[in-house]
Amino acid sequence: MKLKLKIWKQKNARSGGAFETYDLDGVAPEMSFVEMLALLNQTLVQQGREPVAFDHDCHEGICGSCGMYINGYPHGPVKGLTTCLLSMRHFKDGETIVIEPWRAKPFPVVKDLIVDRSALDKIQVAGGFISVTTGAAADANAVLVSKKKSDLAFDSAACIGCGACVAACKNASAMLFVSAKISQYALLPQGKPEAKERVRAMIAEMDKQSFGSCSNTGACEAQCPKQIKLFNIARLNREYYKAF
Amino acid sequence: MNKILFSAVSKKFVMALAGLFLLLFLPVHLGINLMLLKNDPEPFNSAAHFMATFPLIKVVEVLLFLTILIHVTYGIILQILNWLSRPVGYKVRNKSETTAFSRFMIWTGLSVLTFLVIHFFNFYFIKLGLVEGDPENFYSVAWQLFSIPGYVILYWICFLLLGFHLYHALQSAFQTLGLSNEFWKPVIRAISLIYAIAVPVGFAIIPLVIWLFK
Repeated sequence: MKLKLKIWKQKNARSGGAFETYDLDGVAPEMSFVEMLALLNQTLVQQGREPVAFDHDCHEGICGSCGMYINGYPHGPVKGLTTCLLSMRHFKDGETIVIEPWRAKPFPVVKDLIVDRSALDKIQVAGGFISVTTGAAADANAVLVSKKKSDLAFDSAACIGCGACVAACKNASAMLFVSAKISQYALLPQGKPEAKERVRAMIAEMDKQSFGSCSNTGACEAQCPKQIKLFNIARLNREYYKAF
Repeated sequence: MNKILFSAVSKKFVMALAGLFLLLFLPVHLGINLMLLKNDPEPFNSAAHFMATFPLIKVVEVLLFLTILIHVTYGIILQILNWLSRPVGYKVRNKSETTAFSRFMIWTGLSVLTFLVIHFFNFYFIKLGLVEGDPENFYSVAWQLFSIPGYVILYWICFLLLGFHLYHALQSAFQTLGLSNEFWKPVIRAISLIYAIAVPVGFAIIPLVIWLFK
């Protein structure tokens, strides 16, 4: 496959950026998108040119590093996949692919396609945890959890914090991320004792990081590689109102 | 405390409550408007008179204006904050799948607000004495307006946009209030669709009937 790539190049957070166009030959359909970019960088290095900076790590869709905005879609046009699991067979030979970094005020560009997503970590640190006494493991059957709730909590816990929801949202809102983190605790008895403080602190931090508000457009749900559901946002709202 | 009262979630909560209150008002207004279809101006005029003079309605009127003010102000503030959350936009338009009309709420909302201002000039300001006209004969004021083709076209466009606004508004309000889940979502969506078609069509059909049959 032969591709024309238009990629955002930016030196650092303070400098401006611009698109640069690259022609890339020899892309195999079975390559992942990240492998395709690695091939591009290999070619660039061989030519003595500067490679494109992008985040990637696990290559199995669980770390949340490889976020990029591909042809108008966070993580590309295929639903339920991270960029590292997106294979090149979904693109046509000769196609032009425009690759941009996540765009949001709380996600400043570090370099090229890499953005600083620590704003999400700060929300998590504000309350996305449970305080437990460490020591001997508690008996698994001491606290009963229904199968349905446990499954729902697990589905929410699948959030990898990649920021695709923020990238897709017209308001750059982090509500789907926060709702997933809130839900995974709100659904389980272990999360109940600190439920009120947690939701208040996480929403306050979300606002402080200047993420937008939720317009219920559903773009986040459509682009989430872990397919976190919008119902979580309704639950987040409920939890927030219950906290007063 | 300010953090809580003015958090993104609280602002949406207030907007949703205000919006739902406004949704209650529209069918009442439509009910009175349908009296315009009668050849006798008396029922419409006496209903308008009742709405203008009954003490309890006066209280509700203040509440209504306050609600509109809150809904509009919060809507504009939230929109500006949302725009500020993405100072640098994308080159390629976002193609993420979204629910119909949810992306245009600010624009459909502002269109409805523009119509409301025109509507005030046409009717409410007569009642206040700011604009010349007979406050006891809104029937003839309405009929006169509906005889202007340009006005009727503007009226229809505004109600079409109101329909777009309402379709997202109703279901979104339930989601914002936390009253949506996998089971209720399709039900709420169906109610939104019925409401968003029935109410604007009800209003829009009045000048059409007058034009065709009167």
